[in-house]
Amino acid sequence: MNRLRLPDSTKVRVGLMIFGFFVLVALVGPTLVTHVFGLSATELDVEHLREAPSSAHWLGTDKNGRDLLARLVVGTRTSLQIGLFAGLIATGLATLLGIAGAYIGGRTDAFLTAFTNIFLVIPGLPLLIIVGSYVKGRGGWWVTALIIGLTSWAGGARQKRAQALSLRNRDFVTATEMLGESRRRVIVFELVPHLAPLIAASLLFSVVGAIFAEAGLAFIGAGNPSIISWGMLINEAGPNALFNGEWWTFVPPAACIALLGTAAGLINFGIDEISNPRLRMVARKASTRLTAVTGAKR
Amino acid sequence: MTSSVEVVDSGGGSAVPPPGAEPLASPGPKRGRRSSWVYVARRVRFYLVATWVAITLNFFIPRLMPGDPAGAIIENLRRTQTVSAEQVRAIQRLFGGSDDPLWRQYFGYLNQLAHGDFGISTAFYPTPVSEVIGSGIWWTLGLVGTTTILAFLLGTGLGILAGRRPGRGFDAIAAPLSTFIGALPFFAVAQLLQLFLAGKLGWFPDIHGYDVDNLVPAFDLYFVPSVIHHALLPAFTIIAGSIGGWLLGMRNMMITTISEDYVLLAEAKGLSPRRVMTQYAARNAILPSVTGLAVSLGFVVGGSLLAEVVFAYPGVGYLFYQSVTSVDYQLMQALFLIISLSVLAANFIADSVYGLIDPRAREDV
Repeated sequence: MNRLRLPDSTKVRVGLMIFGFFVLVALVGPTLVTHVFGLSATELDVEHLREAPSSAHWLGTDKNGRDLLARLVVGTRTSLQIGLFAGLIATGLATLLGIAGAYIGGRTDAFLTAFTNIFLVIPGLPLLIIVGSYVKGRGGWWVTALIIGLTSWAGGARQKRAQALSLRNRDFVTATEMLGESRRRVIVFELVPHLAPLIAASLLFSVVGAIFAEAGLAFIGAGNPSIISWGMLINEAGPNALFNGEWWTFVPPAACIALLGTAAGLINFGIDEISNPRLRMVARKASTRLTAVTGAKR
Repeated sequence: MTSSVEVVDSGGGSAVPPPGAEPLASPGPKRGRRSSWVYVARRVRFYLVATWVAITLNFFIPRLMPGDPAGAIIENLRRTQTVSAEQVRAIQRLFGGSDDPLWRQYFGYLNQLAHGDFGISTAFYPTPVSEVIGSGIWWTLGLVGTTTILAFLLGTGLGILAGRRPGRGFDAIAAPLSTFIGALPFFAVAQLLQLFLAGKLGWFPDIHGYDVDNLVPAFDLYFVPSVIHHALLPAFTIIAGSIGGWLLGMRNMMITTISEDYVLLAEAKGLSPRRVMTQYAARNAILPSVTGLAVSLGFVVGGSLLAEVVFAYPGVGYLFYQSVTSVDYQLMQALFLIISLSVLAANFIADSVYGLIDPRAREDV
């Protein structure tokens, strides 16, 4: 029962709750919006163009009169799909390349490390924009996710390699080797499960990173115009939406991205405190002082 | 290149080699000046390979696209403008639409690059791509270069302050604020600042790199102040957007370093707190930040490009935006190459600095 224990950190919990909220919206939101509220994300309405939020359209309408609440909810699903798919690709590649390099060692490791480092120093967003504008409009959300996943694995691979290096000469690995297990089996059934918490955490950050990347890609105009995502909503709002006064086209998708980013930041902070006891002491000192202060006030 | 010594990446990242570092060989007897030359030589070799990969990627990406992208683009262009035969040929050449074998196309491409020939821009027809980029690169180098260095220095400095007394005083505000701002997408920070500082308060101009209606570019008393005035808001945006990462990284390393024994010893010797913090704690804590500079540079540059779009700043990022919206692949690819090569060059400098300030990096060569 107690196997899936949440870390004992308020920051991590709040972060995970925000995540959970978006996952819930992505799962049931689109159905709820169309069948209960009777809104459509794609229906054009030439009589209500660029309208500010009202009781009929809670988040207003866009330049084609489409309801922005419905588009935001559908966009949440697409953005999370892109994030999850791209995150899985990036984390999968990073885990495979990083751990394989560290475990096999020698020339293979030297080659994989050099390969990873090269992709680490080539700037990601410009590369993504180039590939994005060549595939523009082809396929669905998954093409966008695929190119994001294929261009964003390098940082993770480096981290996995460093972690796997520390495991390579541990007794349980040697024991498995003595039993005559193949390299592949050692990697898949010994090393990967051992690094599972780290892989899970990096999957989470890859997902958020991919959602940010999609937004950046769409913002500069190299997104997929046939999908509805947070990035495409921001793209449709235009680069000066706030300045031009059409805040309702820009604020909701940007706030969603920022909220998700904050959640990732909180979780990152919390994980840092868990993994680095010195940081944790700081947090504890601060909170005991806080309770001391509030307690004194009571 | 056998890796006999293991590098263990501790959570704080204190033992992270620079991104170009190869698996470490056992530290040999080579020390001092000679080893720093070996270190630099290794870095040069790595960045030469990285440059070659960037150039080759640039060649292969359009050729790997399925279907007939050249035909689709020419069709697309015909809808909005008249397309000259020369443009058609340029676009087809870009996608490898010639009968030459691939290797000949590749060497032809390298030859063109060597002569700085990137073809003709279709968005700014008939200006050559190299001229278009030449008009934007200085704006970006000035803006992004200055602000990246400023953000790094400011962020690291403030990180030292925050890490000195963690959880109290300055840190109690700085750490959560940095987390929040770091979570905002760059273009959102840019639009918010544009709305409030340029729109509501009117302190800064909202768009452009100088007063385009009344001035012509010249090195005079009217143009230069206008350029500075227009650069302030984009610069502030880039600094505000990227300072938090440096601050948090430095803060966390400071907290880790402060509890080291040698810092305690320095305090016990009765050295002034200021000296202990700067000479003993900060000097060691800063090393991962310098390594981080190389890795996050690509990220910062990407973000700055988005800021340029919001402010219609006439640099490389805005050109990128224009090339994407007007489907100008010649310009786009040349921009990718220029940006990648600049980031690689900056990385090389950061790596070399790392080798200078951390003798361990040199010994490990």
